[in-house]
Amino acid sequence: MSDAATQSEISAEIDALAGRGGAQPKLDYPPYRSSLLRHPTKDPQHADPETIERAVPVFGHRDVDPLEADLTIQHRGEPIGERIVVTGRVTDAAGKPVREQLVEVWQANASGRYIHKRDQHPAPIDPNFTGVGRCLTDQDGWYRFTTIKPGPYPWRNHTNAWRPAHIHFSLFGNQFTERLITQMYFPGDPLFGLDPIFCSITDQRARERLIARYDHELTVPEWSTGYRWDIVLGGREQTLTEAE
Amino acid sequence: MTTPGQTVGPFFGYALPYAGGEQLVDRSHPDAIRLHGTVLDGAGDPVPDALLEIWQADGAGRVSREPGSLHRDGYTFTGWGRAASDRTGTYSFTTVRPGATEPGHAPFIALTVLARGLLDRLFTRVYLPGQDFAADPLLSALPRERAETLCAATDPEGLRFDVVLQGERETVFLNHD
Ligand SMILES: [Fe+2]
Repeated sequence: MSDAATQSEISAEIDALAGRGGAQPKLDYPPYRSSLLRHPTKDPQHADPETIERAVPVFGHRDVDPLEADLTIQHRGEPIGERIVVTGRVTDAAGKPVREQLVEVWQANASGRYIHKRDQHPAPIDPNFTGVGRCLTDQDGWYRFTTIKPGPYPWRNHTNAWRPAHIHFSLFGNQFTERLITQMYFPGDPLFGLDPIFCSITDQRARERLIARYDHELTVPEWSTGYRWDIVLGGREQTLTEAE
Repeated sequence: MTTPGQTVGPFFGYALPYAGGEQLVDRSHPDAIRLHGTVLDGAGDPVPDALLEIWQADGAGRVSREPGSLHRDGYTFTGWGRAASDRTGTYSFTTVRPGATEPGHAPFIALTVLARGLLDRLFTRVYLPGQDFAADPLLSALPRERAETLCAATDPEGLRFDVVLQGERETVFLNHD
């Protein structure tokens, strides 16, 4: 780690690349050091989707127990931290709801620690929180999770690197080609501008689509705060040519 | 208005892989084959923290509409599977050879690649060995040596397919938009 960059060096790299990519993450994004040897160097090849790619795997009630949508009830006791509801609607680029489709989430606990064995952050593990949930969207494309607000956590991209608090999301759309793995963030996080993963989406308005909105209507009296985050899948080409 | 992607990160291992994820059919299925290979980075080193998902038609080219991929019953072919690469960068699925879903086109398995360090998911296709490149719209659109990165090789257990994220022998990745 002797050659680890400082935050100001990384921030200068982030600034130099601002606006150089599009509305999706720039795969070749050196400020995120792990991407150096893991990004393709050749342009993607266009392929018209075939029947299998226009279809999508089916998940149902055999796959997902409704209780898996509540990450606060997986153990004997209540997890520590701010209880939150995260909910929103999943649609495709044409605005059609993604119905009865699988949504998976995983996250750190309130102190920024994952259960994962590779997480070495010396913050406490919460014996009452695993941080993994699943649900199926409803007939109108809505998903809903009850969980604990995750904490920010350090990582070793550079010296004093910290990830903004986030929840990892995995989504399937109405077609196989709409598959999305992403991260949801919380409003006003002071770490946004310092984080090479968030900033790899070099279009600022596009990356702000990853930030949930606090919604007092979703806040449950005497119980939890509420966040709204809608997800739009597919149609990436259109996004690039949109005159925003 | 599309929601952007982000890397799957390093900590998906306790969340996304699940028991039976890599078994689209039981090993005792008469047509069972192994689809396996190594995920490699631009230095030729194995990628031990990748996640691969496959989606395919059955042997007759039919697309399954059956749920049950997350809790397999051992009989239903759902067409979808998920496997993480291991410490040596290798992954393995048990499945069947797909039939073509469009007449005359070469049959393939659709593959999604995710990894720490990879900022968005990648799509590619795993074609069965011995295809007529000229007859297939994608294989014929690529220079021969590029098209070959999409073709599995036959090995004693079934099919071998390496995913090369970067470099000379980089796998062809696809854009479907
Ligand atoms: Fe994370």
